[in-house]
Amino acid sequence: MAVDLAERAKLGSSLWTDQRFRGLLLQALTIGLAGTFLAFIVHNTAHNLAERGIASGFGFLDVQAGYELKNTLISYGPTNTHGRAFLVGLLNTLLVAGVGVVLATVIGFILGVLRLSPNWLLSKAVYCYIEVVRNIPLLLQIYFWYAVMISLPQVRNAMDLGIGAYISNRGLQAPAPILEPGFSIVPVALLVGILIAIGLSRWAHKRQEATGQRFPSFWINVGLIVLLPVVAYLGAGRPMSFDVPKLGAFSFRGGFTITPEFVALLLALSLYTAAFIAEIVRAGILSVSHGQTEAAYALGLKPRWTMRLIIIPQALRVIVPPLTSQYLNLTKNSSLGVAIGYAELVATLSGITLNQTGQAVECIALTMAVYLTISLMISFVMNIYNRRIALVER
Amino acid sequence: MKLTRILVAAAVVTALTAGTAAAQSTLENVKSRGQLKCGVSTGLAGFSQPNAQGKWEGFDVDYCRAVAAAIFGDPDKVAFTPTTAKERFTALQSGEIDILSRNTTWTLSRDVQLGFEFVGTDYYDGQGFMIRKDMGISSAKQLDGASVCIQTGTTTELNLADFFRSHNMKFEPVTIDTSDQAREAYEAGRCDVYTTDASGLAAQRASMADPSAHVILPEIISKEPLGPLVRHGDNNWGDIGRWVLNAMITAEEDGVTSKNVDEMKTSSDNPEVKRLLGVEGEMGAMLGLPNEWAYNIIKSVGNYSEVFERNVGVKTPLGLERGLNALWKDGGILYSPPFR
Repeated sequence: MAVDLAERAKLGSSLWTDQRFRGLLLQALTIGLAGTFLAFIVHNTAHNLAERGIASGFGFLDVQAGYELKNTLISYGPTNTHGRAFLVGLLNTLLVAGVGVVLATVIGFILGVLRLSPNWLLSKAVYCYIEVVRNIPLLLQIYFWYAVMISLPQVRNAMDLGIGAYISNRGLQAPAPILEPGFSIVPVALLVGILIAIGLSRWAHKRQEATGQRFPSFWINVGLIVLLPVVAYLGAGRPMSFDVPKLGAFSFRGGFTITPEFVALLLALSLYTAAFIAEIVRAGILSVSHGQTEAAYALGLKPRWTMRLIIIPQALRVIVPPLTSQYLNLTKNSSLGVAIGYAELVATLSGITLNQTGQAVECIALTMAVYLTISLMISFVMNIYNRRIALVER
Repeated sequence: MKLTRILVAAAVVTALTAGTAAAQSTLENVKSRGQLKCGVSTGLAGFSQPNAQGKWEGFDVDYCRAVAAAIFGDPDKVAFTPTTAKERFTALQSGEIDILSRNTTWTLSRDVQLGFEFVGTDYYDGQGFMIRKDMGISSAKQLDGASVCIQTGTTTELNLADFFRSHNMKFEPVTIDTSDQAREAYEAGRCDVYTTDASGLAAQRASMADPSAHVILPEIISKEPLGPLVRHGDNNWGDIGRWVLNAMITAEEDGVTSKNVDEMKTSSDNPEVKRLLGVEGEMGAMLGLPNEWAYNIIKSVGNYSEVFERNVGVKTPLGLERGLNALWKDGGILYSPPFR
């Protein structure tokens, strides 16, 4: 009996029965297996590409692209490289995602608050909107908005908006501002206005905390930010002219254009995502207990102040984490723009460039890496914001 | 959906083990599968389009059927894979299809850099422009400032940029995934001009609500030799593809048609016809095919002329003339090396 115990104790001290060692061994094995698998995939891909005589590497990015793109944020022509076309696509992705996120947030917040409105009709109308929009696949909605854009009047019968802007199924053509020398004073005035406004708000805030007296800084600030640049503009002798679009042989020339592809994609993305955001906002507001509202009323706060000062700050900490996911979704969904010919990343890099150069693996890998980077950056920024608004326990 | 396809294809390239690619030839693969996998377009009238019964028909489709007839003696042993212009090369590179017959232009970079082998030219084409008749445009050189609908992933895209650049003109490209969608955008007035190969313009015009309202401009701005292609590295498979096409052209040269092929087989005195139809020589065995391979092609699919006239010729809605695609002895440039 005693021998048995001694043997068992011996066994217990052996490596295999040591729980810590066993854990380490298994983890090392798992990592090793995963690493081997990855190495195998990489090696195998390289081998197969070489065997099929397909050149690999990222050298193609320096080769002349040869194709034209429309509506580029930076100058681009067929003599530029594939790398530049990639940049054009990346900027277009960021543009539609950036504007989309702002628009979706604004619409989503409004809808979310309206959804809780005591007005039965309003609340039910928003309810219907949310249920319809978020239950229809996004791709179909993109096609729908594109069809709407395409069925606008033809360019020859374009709707004249009166101010030199026209709407047709080629998009919105509007006068483009041409900045003349001396215009630089206007942005400077704007900057000065903003700086003064910030200073004023801080001072007003401090004064209110110290004395309880309120200062109408909001309207004064608006006045500062708007009026200063206007005065500077007029004072400098209106150093700006407009390039007004004119109907040429085929379509409008001059001015700037917002293409129907961009508008269709933007509308579909923001309206779709707004429906989800509305539900998140509603959940956030409902998560703040009704006692808070009652307490605020008891203190004599107006309903609007109660919403702004009591409910929203507490609701935000529930709203922000799922909101981040919606921003990520919107950004990634912008890749569906390829379906209607919006020149974003998937259409340029893993579309035309991939096809013209045949570098499928490199193009797809680069595209995935870019989306990953954008998404991680959004998460990073939103996490910082989330930490700032989190409930601080004292 | 399209993106997924590219991703899947890319994954397939990755996943294919090196061993299988080298050990089994494409012909053996096709034989053991009992079916040829042929890549065609997603729908281009006259070239490759499913008919009302869901059966694929067209000029490019008939080439696939001819290859199947040469291998199996049965033109229906083909699985057709519709590919967009963008997906087609990845599909072939990854082995998802055995041969691509999808009005694809033979260019140096596709031949060399993408790792393909063009087996020949089955249609000599060139890029043209289509525009509404009421625009009153008579030449492509008047197109400065026009918006142009193009299909993405094509040589058309590059030629177009070259053409406008060399004539110092500007254009707005409206780049769309499939040729049908491009046509719809053009019909809706999203763009002024629709450009693709002249044969494609004829095909798309035939599918329009009012074909007579559109004109094809006289300029042909490029050379577009369209032909079937296979992967690099399997020369025997490339030879089969090349000689199936040559057999159809030679059959036309020698006057062998699907109607008289039986009679020619027994009664023709022409030595080339005898070699072609497998009465003399071992042409089939050299290719690794049954000796009556060319007989099967002509019997079940027809010679080049029959295929052309049936699908895209003057009596079809496309109404294409033979033009450059006539035999060399009839003023065209179609020419087959001898069967010897």
